[in-house]
Amino acid sequence: MKIVTAGKSSFRTLNAEVREALETENDVRIEDVNGQRYIGAGLDRGKRLEVHGTPGNDMGAYLNGGAIEVFGNGQEAVGNTMGGGSITVHGHVGDTLGYAMRDGEIYVEKRAGSRAGIHMKEFREMQPVVVIGGTVGAFLGEYMAGGTLLVLGLEKHPDRPIVGAHCATGMHGGRIFVRGDVPEENVSEHISVLRPGEKDLADLDRFVREYCARFGKDFDAIMQVPFQKLVPTTSRPYANLYTPN
Amino acid sequence: MQYMVPEFEVERNTSRCISCGACVRQCSYEVHYFDVDGKTVLADESKCVACHRCATICPTHAIKIKAYDMAYKPHANWTPVVQQEILKQAQTGGVLLSGMSNNKPYPIYWDRILLNASQVTNPSIDPLREPMEIRTYLGRKPKKLEFHKNGKLKTKLEPQIKLETPIMFSAMSFGSISFNAQKSLAMAARKLGTLFNTGEGGMHPGLREYSDCAVVQVASGRFGVYKDYLENCRFIEIKIGQGAKPGIGGHLPGEKVTVEVSNARMIPEGSDAISPAPHHDIYSIEDLRQLIWSLKEATQYKKPVAVKIAAVHNCSAIVSGVARAGADIVVMDGFRGGTGAAPTRIRDNVGIPIELALAAADQRLRDESIRGTVSLVAAGSFRNSADIVKAIALGADAVYVASAPLIAMGCHMCQQCQTGKCNWGIATQRPELVKRLNPEIMHERVVNLITAWNHEIKEMLGGMGLNSIDSLRGNRMMLRGIGLSDRELSILGIAHAGE
Repeated sequence: MKIVTAGKSSFRTLNAEVREALETENDVRIEDVNGQRYIGAGLDRGKRLEVHGTPGNDMGAYLNGGAIEVFGNGQEAVGNTMGGGSITVHGHVGDTLGYAMRDGEIYVEKRAGSRAGIHMKEFREMQPVVVIGGTVGAFLGEYMAGGTLLVLGLEKHPDRPIVGAHCATGMHGGRIFVRGDVPEENVSEHISVLRPGEKDLADLDRFVREYCARFGKDFDAIMQVPFQKLVPTTSRPYANLYTPN
Repeated sequence: MQYMVPEFEVERNTSRCISCGACVRQCSYEVHYFDVDGKTVLADESKCVACHRCATICPTHAIKIKAYDMAYKPHANWTPVVQQEILKQAQTGGVLLSGMSNNKPYPIYWDRILLNASQVTNPSIDPLREPMEIRTYLGRKPKKLEFHKNGKLKTKLEPQIKLETPIMFSAMSFGSISFNAQKSLAMAARKLGTLFNTGEGGMHPGLREYSDCAVVQVASGRFGVYKDYLENCRFIEIKIGQGAKPGIGGHLPGEKVTVEVSNARMIPEGSDAISPAPHHDIYSIEDLRQLIWSLKEATQYKKPVAVKIAAVHNCSAIVSGVARAGADIVVMDGFRGGTGAAPTRIRDNVGIPIELALAAADQRLRDESIRGTVSLVAAGSFRNSADIVKAIALGADAVYVASAPLIAMGCHMCQQCQTGKCNWGIATQRPELVKRLNPEIMHERVVNLITAWNHEIKEMLGGMGLNSIDSLRGNRMMLRGIGLSDRELSILGIAHAGE
């Protein structure tokens, strides 16, 4: 594994160095990362980055099948418009996690900010998954059109909701799983809160096991609390909005 | 009961009609039909949209489409159109949705601007006999150039886009227009040495071979945006706004998301494709900067990144911010720009004319000494080559056109693109309608149009004593206003005719 030290390099210098290292190596470790943006943007399948420190915004944007593991917290827009691959963050992440993500998986050990998983979409075998270990801010899954969002709410502060306000606004596809009770006042109109079905439970089992494997958590303890499933009541929320003129 | 009379009347000359049924078969709006006798052709005029398909294909020219001759008690305020729109909303409770562009009689400044020509001194040039340069380069330019002693360029240039004409084809997504229409534009773009634009609908696999003349768009819905898409283009365009509907997003209804559209957009068939009004990762110029640079990083700085905004009230300040955020090309789309569907009220009331927006933005960038570093592209209704020459003199590096090439392909401006029933095979996904548009023939018509415009541009340049379009760029001395107020002249930065 090749090691690149970020230090105080600009993002452009750092990312050029990382790309150069990836030409000959499949695994690259970046150390002492201090907020440099766009790390791993468009990283291809078969390539893996290990990030130590705090990567900047848009880490793993347009990720193209590669894998990124962060030992630290992520900032905004982790996995922006991600096309496939895997991102693991051993910590918290900021806002707009996995915006318009189309395929692949993101596992966040702790909390995520607002607008996580917005505009996620699925297409045939492309079924994106985002698992957030802690709580999550407002507008979770806004405009969501496909894929799976899972919020575990571990180490939840008693005064804070597991999901913030305006959850699933404009959602018209996919599913959101929330562990424990969903605060009704935070769930948008046109969303049904259901019990997970048989296939959902099998998927949940798989995602939670994966979460526990990545972060060394206790599977049985997590599964003791039941999950709720949020789905849109219609895939055509605006079907009758217009009249031809 | 609809509470309203038809907008149009179908006049059939029965002495000419041979009951061939072409109109019956061709009309997707199902206006024409055979009477029970199987011979007499009748029409349900309430469905007619005046697209002229029937009248155009009728072998005996038996059909005329007329305005429905209905007298209303005269009222300058409550016109028939105003009343009909109220009735439509009373019937359905829906937001009025229209296609194409703002059809209200706002001032068209192109028609109030006159061009110069040389007389005696600095004589005019004949483009038929002398070289005339209209080649255009788009992309970020350095503030100054440095050279090695041997004369070779020392300064490292950012990637540049070479165009053989300052005319490009604007963004029209596959979904809003048919594959055959998009392919016609792609084929024409290649022949003309210019670019077409995929719009925000992703790239149809059938157009991959035209990626060397494609602009790919990244819009708020991020449909079809993946690494391969970003790498297979000439430049990437971030769509922030559109002149026909500033401030709102797009919405391709599920009915238009066919198998092929779903493949290009990478969403399930039949699902609504919703582009939110904002990019939800952009709330500031700094955030826009982030998207611009993430695209540059993902494509390893090989592709210029353009940002398209709608021309709105403060657009010159916005253009300045966009240029400083790192956009290599800034596109401004005026309020007469077209669309596959926009709420009528937005289409007709939001935004400003491109003439004023362009002049103001060009001036602002000059005042800030950054005009030379960024390319400015104007869009939002160029009807002919003279409009384009005036736009370049007002400061545009290049222009986008869309409505004009669509008219070249058959569009008759019926403004019903949103219905997806386009009888000309343009704004539709119905296979039986799409196949009416043959790219082999239609791309030639578009090539003809732009070739003619190129020649006209050269003639106007030559008349002004200029032999290169670079000498016209931002050269407002070549323009004079006619019948404009001092305020309008000052915004346009031009003198009045006679001055």
